[in-house]
Amino acid sequence: MPDTLFGYPLAAIAGQLLVGMINGSLYALMSLGLAIIFGLLRVVNFAHGAQYMLGAFVAWGLLEYLGLNYWWALVIAPLLVGLSGIALERFLLRKLYHLDHVYALLLTFGFALILEGVFRYKFGATGQPYPNPIPGGLDTDMAFFPWYRLWVIGASIAMCLGTWYVVERTKLGSYLRAATENPNLVRTFGVRVPRMLMLTYGLGVALAGFSGVMAAPIYQVNPLMGSQLIIVVFAVVVIGGMGSIVGAIVAGFTLGVVEGITKVVYPDGAGMVVFVIMLLTLAIRPNGLFGSHK
Amino acid sequence: MTETPSLLARYQRPLLIVGALVLLVAPFLAYPIFLMKLLCFALLAASLNLLVGYVGLLSFGHAMFFGSAAYGAAHAVKVWGFDPALGVLFGVLVAAGLGVVTGLLAIRRAGIAFSMITLASAQLVYFIALRSPFTGGEDGIQSVPRGHLLGFIDLSNNLTLYYVVAAVVAAAFWLIWRIVYSPFGQVLTAIRDNEPRAISLGYRVNRYKLLAFTLSAALAGLAGGMKTIVFQIATLTDVSWVTSGEALLMGIVGGLQTLLGPVVGAIVVVTMANSLSAIAEAVLIVQGLVFVIVVMVFRKGIVGEINAFFARRAARHSNP
Repeated sequence: MPDTLFGYPLAAIAGQLLVGMINGSLYALMSLGLAIIFGLLRVVNFAHGAQYMLGAFVAWGLLEYLGLNYWWALVIAPLLVGLSGIALERFLLRKLYHLDHVYALLLTFGFALILEGVFRYKFGATGQPYPNPIPGGLDTDMAFFPWYRLWVIGASIAMCLGTWYVVERTKLGSYLRAATENPNLVRTFGVRVPRMLMLTYGLGVALAGFSGVMAAPIYQVNPLMGSQLIIVVFAVVVIGGMGSIVGAIVAGFTLGVVEGITKVVYPDGAGMVVFVIMLLTLAIRPNGLFGSHK
Repeated sequence: MTETPSLLARYQRPLLIVGALVLLVAPFLAYPIFLMKLLCFALLAASLNLLVGYVGLLSFGHAMFFGSAAYGAAHAVKVWGFDPALGVLFGVLVAAGLGVVTGLLAIRRAGIAFSMITLASAQLVYFIALRSPFTGGEDGIQSVPRGHLLGFIDLSNNLTLYYVVAAVVAAAFWLIWRIVYSPFGQVLTAIRDNEPRAISLGYRVNRYKLLAFTLSAALAGLAGGMKTIVFQIATLTDVSWVTSGEALLMGIVGGLQTLLGPVVGAIVVVTMANSLSAIAEAVLIVQGLVFVIVVMVFRKGIVGEINAFFARRAARHSNP
């Protein structure tokens, strides 16, 4: 087996592919949450990054203060973060639906600033370590693949497919999609649209919280982790096509991998590649890769 | 938006005189550097308001114009030895060029997608500023000489510089006022209020939008270039999305769709940030709270609410 591919060390490529898949998992989960929220509520959830950070901190807090391990956190943290999202929707966001979309965007932006500020005030800008719940890994000739990272990729794919199935293939999902098209019509069929919107926002936010728990053992739990991720995820959403679930998943994983490869080939460009691809995509397809042409 | 200019229109002359007097006297009452910071941010907020308030395009990436002009001016003055006026002009050109390129892509989408595209473009510019050899990375471009304006006006004196900056910002506001109330500005407002109707009237909407976007970018660039001369530094903060968010905050606190709103908003936000600067986290929390409060209960902003108050009163008086 050769050690290099196109002149680049194979081990480095394999390593960066793994990192790319990890990042791609997070991008996909995050943009999936955004796509669900945008699809139904027409709200750009600017707080998504902060809610992801909140998920990681809840997981960390459960371990630190209550001694509950990662697997408990994986269930409890998304639930709590989702509930906080439901409260936000119920008491603030709901009052803005009849206005221009700008206001909901600004509200969630303000909410993100508050959350980030509070956590920075409490924990500073330094990270809190979170122990790896599955130590060890798969040792191959090419590279070492830690079990935990493989788990993140697998769990993320499963979660994405599950969400896609619920929205696109079940009765509940058909209500959701119908409510996107014509909320008044769905209301006349006896569906409680406001409650559905609330639960949808909660679900999308819970996905962000879930991503946060997944990320905690890999990156340090840091108040800034959300604001660093969110803008890349926005670019991913634009590339995939806003509100498209398939687009969010495909673009998320693809861009994670592309970013990983760029890190090997042209390290300086790794931070930019997603945005360059976004601009190129927009130049050719203004609605994104999977966006509908309305 | 017929009621918006009521306050300004009725008291235009006295307001103008008061404004000019305040500008003249201000440096003797407050620290000139602080005032210049205020002026630069007021201009940034006003340039953003031109787009958000009058065309209905919510740019979330205005820091890219502010910042790229800051870097452009810093480089031109420090490395190429440009006259400060030429340096700022170069910064404006950089920002306007960037405005044409990003505008071409962004105006193809409306609403939220437009915001996300501007945000992501700004982030690309941020990464370029972080990685390029001539921007100084994390350090930025420091100790930019203020130099002599047109070769003979010494700008190292804060008071002299203040009056130069005040004159430029006043001229820029005059320009914005002229743009908004020109036929061109009326077309922009028509596009904001009902784009399909504007199209059916035969206006080439995208050309108008692109021109407005570029003008707004150039004005934001003017603010950024002057900021560099005042503080003698261009840094990553100037291109970061936090700056875009602050500019937007100034606009909505003061009142979008009003000419004075961005000025009032800049005064509130910059003063707030300065007085809280001991605790950086507190700035974030308070800014976030202000966003939430303004959006929930105070949507017209300070100037907007005052205008609405006068409009209501006028309506009561005319039909009792």
